[in-house]
Amino acid sequence: MIEVDNISKTFGDTQILFDISATFMEGKVNHIIGGSGQGKSVLTKCIVGLHEVDKGRILYDGRDFSAMDRRQRIEIRKEIGMLFQGSALFDSLTVEENVMFPLKMFTDMSKEEMLDRANFCLKRVDIIDKNYLFPAECSGGMQKRIAIARAIAMNPKYLFCDEPNSGLDPKTSIVIDNLISEITYEYNITTVVITHDMNSVMEAADNIIFIYGGKKWWEGDRDGIIKTDNQEVIDFVYASKFMKNLREKLINS
Amino acid sequence: MFFDEVNGIVISSIPLVAFLSVFMGGVISLQTAANMSSPLLPDYTIGYITRSSTILEFSPTIISLILAGKVGSNIASEIGTMRVTEQIDALEIMGVNSIGYLMAPKIISTTIFLPFVVIISMVLSIVGGWIAGVQSGLYSTNTYLIGLRAFWHTDAWYVWYALTKTVVFGFLITSIACYFGYYTKGGSLEVGRSSTKAVVAASVAILLANYVITQLLLV
Repeated sequence: MIEVDNISKTFGDTQILFDISATFMEGKVNHIIGGSGQGKSVLTKCIVGLHEVDKGRILYDGRDFSAMDRRQRIEIRKEIGMLFQGSALFDSLTVEENVMFPLKMFTDMSKEEMLDRANFCLKRVDIIDKNYLFPAECSGGMQKRIAIARAIAMNPKYLFCDEPNSGLDPKTSIVIDNLISEITYEYNITTVVITHDMNSVMEAADNIIFIYGGKKWWEGDRDGIIKTDNQEVIDFVYASKFMKNLREKLINS
Repeated sequence: MFFDEVNGIVISSIPLVAFLSVFMGGVISLQTAANMSSPLLPDYTIGYITRSSTILEFSPTIISLILAGKVGSNIASEIGTMRVTEQIDALEIMGVNSIGYLMAPKIISTTIFLPFVVIISMVLSIVGGWIAGVQSGLYSTNTYLIGLRAFWHTDAWYVWYALTKTVVFGFLITSIACYFGYYTKGGSLEVGRSSTKAVVAASVAILLANYVITQLLLV
């Protein structure tokens, strides 16, 4: 479980996050949604320690991450897997080497053990016989799946996914969403997904946090987001006419 | 990782350095010969000047300036691309010290091995001077060799002076390039800008360091 307790973040004179508190439950897919520039990526970067918070605490299963120094954080970081928007696979390494990378850095495994683990993770995301390809030789969907394989290589307790569907077609998006959900439930991971893709939210979200103007504006589940009367959430989720009509039909039915 | 960097940065530069050095030495000897109109100056002076110019300045400084362009832009754009594509963030989140992991092998390998590249350059430049002069009939092999050996007992330490400079230049080229690459912000346009800034800054730093080291060691 990850608890975010009253965190704020300012860049120069601009305050991006205002006293955000939230709980991301273990074994659940927690979605952070919101429009562009509302602060959801900054919030995530604060949670994983890429940005330091000005105020507040971040607790990983009760361990105060924000109060730790760089060395102490390494132990928690070993428990974190992250899927980046652009996959962030290392260009100079093959698919297999990318997945083996965290194992090589942080475990005493032999090369055979690392290979076994890498092959297991790649198989789990349906990447077979592509071990010697370089990331540039793989499609966007494949890159995302390889990045998931790398993220789960160390058996993480926490998985962060930054816009996992960006740049993917709807069918591949659903494959990625399902994969993230399956892995979350299978390994009882605390998963946090940052997205503005409503298909993804309706497909996979167990818990939804809506960020607006750097504040936590709304929290609920898939049912709640359909029925909410929060105007900002409605404007975001039902931005198109099609979605507005759909909402009316859903509510009327 | 260290040997990958030695291969990627140092070994891969040898063909370019070899090509440049041979022609650089050839031109130094031809220009020296063309400007020696006094009959009082012996022909072996050409070999002597070629050797001294090559060891003192052309091989360490000119080759370092050229490598500041080749290696500096390569490092800055590689690390800059890793920054804008979040690969450095990925390293950080895994708990890897990205500065140590990415920069240290590049800086150490270049600082240690650049002097060897410069030694190769010195040899090839002198060979280039010999080929150019003998080929154009300006002097004989024997005369050139006499020039190369002239005053060697007092000038031998120029090699150490040159190699000392090269160690400093190697450090400057890689550390400046790593810095500009690592602190790239934005997208592909900024990667290009970082690469240009790295080359310009490294070139200026080399020239300033060259002046300071020469002042300290030679004057």
